[in-house]
Amino acid sequence: MNPVESPASAAKPNLFQNKRTLRLVKERVFFGIIFASTLLALGFLFYLLFSIFHQGWDHLSVDFFTNFPSRFPAKAGFKSAIYGTVWLGGLTLIFSVFFGVGAALYLQEMSPRNRFTSWIEISISTLAGVPSIIYGMLGLGIFVRFLDLGRSVLAGALTLSLLIIPVIIIASREALKSVPDSVRMASYALGASKWQTVRDHVLPSAIPGVATGVILSMARAMGEAAPLILLGALTYVAFIPGSPMDSFTAMPIQIFNWASRPQEAFHDLASTGIIVLLGFLMICNSAAIFIRSRWGKRL
Amino acid sequence: MKKLVLGALLATISTHAWAVDKSLKGEVKLDGSSTVFPIAEAAAEDFQKEYPNIRVTVGVSGTGGGMKKFTVGEIDIANASRKMKDEEVKKAAEKKIEYVELQIANDGIAIVVNSSNKYIKSLTMAQLKTLWEPGSKIKTWKDLDPSFPADPVKLYGPGGDSGTFDFFTEHVMGTARLSRSDYIASEDDNVLVTGVSKDKNALGYFGFAYFTENQKILRDIPLAGKDGAPVAPTPETIEKGTYPLSRPLMLYVNKKSAQKPEVKAFVSFMLKNAGRLSKEVGYVPLKESIYSDVIKKFDAFTSGKATH
Repeated sequence: MNPVESPASAAKPNLFQNKRTLRLVKERVFFGIIFASTLLALGFLFYLLFSIFHQGWDHLSVDFFTNFPSRFPAKAGFKSAIYGTVWLGGLTLIFSVFFGVGAALYLQEMSPRNRFTSWIEISISTLAGVPSIIYGMLGLGIFVRFLDLGRSVLAGALTLSLLIIPVIIIASREALKSVPDSVRMASYALGASKWQTVRDHVLPSAIPGVATGVILSMARAMGEAAPLILLGALTYVAFIPGSPMDSFTAMPIQIFNWASRPQEAFHDLASTGIIVLLGFLMICNSAAIFIRSRWGKRL
Repeated sequence: MKKLVLGALLATISTHAWAVDKSLKGEVKLDGSSTVFPIAEAAAEDFQKEYPNIRVTVGVSGTGGGMKKFTVGEIDIANASRKMKDEEVKKAAEKKIEYVELQIANDGIAIVVNSSNKYIKSLTMAQLKTLWEPGSKIKTWKDLDPSFPADPVKLYGPGGDSGTFDFFTEHVMGTARLSRSDYIASEDDNVLVTGVSKDKNALGYFGFAYFTENQKILRDIPLAGKDGAPVAPTPETIEKGTYPLSRPLMLYVNKKSAQKPEVKAFVSFMLKNAGRLSKEVGYVPLKESIYSDVIKKFDAFTSGKATH
């Protein structure tokens, strides 16, 4: 491969041969290691999936979707948790897209480059790495107590929005960055204002990246239990929230509750809940892939 | 006896118009102990069948967490697996929160070991103290009793937010929250169950219901109090209080909330059914006569006669 090596190996053919074998062996060993690590990761994933499906499959029925939680495992259902998660998801989507994409647009397209904006950028990347339970404490202090929203869907959605806004900002900025400057220049050359350029050209081209970021972070928010538990989201709720100010429960909370009970049957129900939550998240992720492949072609 | 109970119940019914008023609306908020949760959930489930327009919500923040919300008036009812602490009483007084304490069931704290452990036949409360006290010198089982093997001691117990931890330390150590800290702590009792069941040198403690569900993989240790023979935790010994680590499970009801018809209806319903429900979810009911006393106490409280 390396042309410099060939004269040397011509002089000492054996040496080259040996080295080549050694390199091949090294290659094999290395590939073996990375293959094993892939297998290990997959193995754990499949083991997890297998044990969850094994435990939870039997409870997966129409009743599971239409019943409220109950002290009788056979009658217990996921209805209030599903509706709670849908409510949370919808509100979180509205808040986080509005503020997250807005902030990304400002930082990437509008803001001047100075110390202040670079400080903001560093803060946002730091916020993206803050553990979710900290956001729960923040939400409890600000939304539940200070703004007096109580333990409502609204307070939960605002807290989850805070959690994912930094991630959405970062993903959206990456998407905006990848829009070639020639698009902007062409728009300016035709006399468009900055806002027109962003609205009609930059943002539409960036949509696949933005949407992917939003959907993936939404999936993360829907799977979070810790901030909601800290917020005081409830465990037993046998009604569907009718307004943003209603109490709620969510899928991860209900799963956590079932998993921590003494009876084996409730542990199985927790697994059934996990199957439903996994299905929900898989739909989210497939939507992200679909949007990326569908819209991505236009660029 | 039965007639007395019936009489008391009838009195409650007649003075407080028990007839189900389906039009009652509103929300009843409970929060607190994870130990009390199953009873509260069961009560909420059945109650909402009778009163479909009342929304009952039950949270699980631990006894301490529930008290934090209760003493600032954020919830109507606090579920507790121990009595209110002095500082919580003080806090409620500062916020002018009046309340009533109602016992709804009994529970025991089970001391368990791995089922392969045959040498620990029973323990005294004093031994339990030596084992769990802060700075305990017990490193192998032989240190606790010369007849035990010299295997290392592995301890499992609940973490600091748990009412079980508060109760255990208070009754074993004499002072709440004193405990050695080199043990495996988890707020999730199933983690403790699994831990003890996988470790032949382990000893752990948690709520009795978690032991009854896992009798095949765990063995309970009978406990000897100050005087007398070791007593194993059973529904009978817990109810009688002869098992040294029996504890009451309680509801604290906010007075202002109790004036609301929906909260009053819920508490009355829960007290009326607490015996059956607590049995169904693995706890030990109180004696019928005690329930009627508790119901009387609540009625007196809502009609303003109680001085609490």
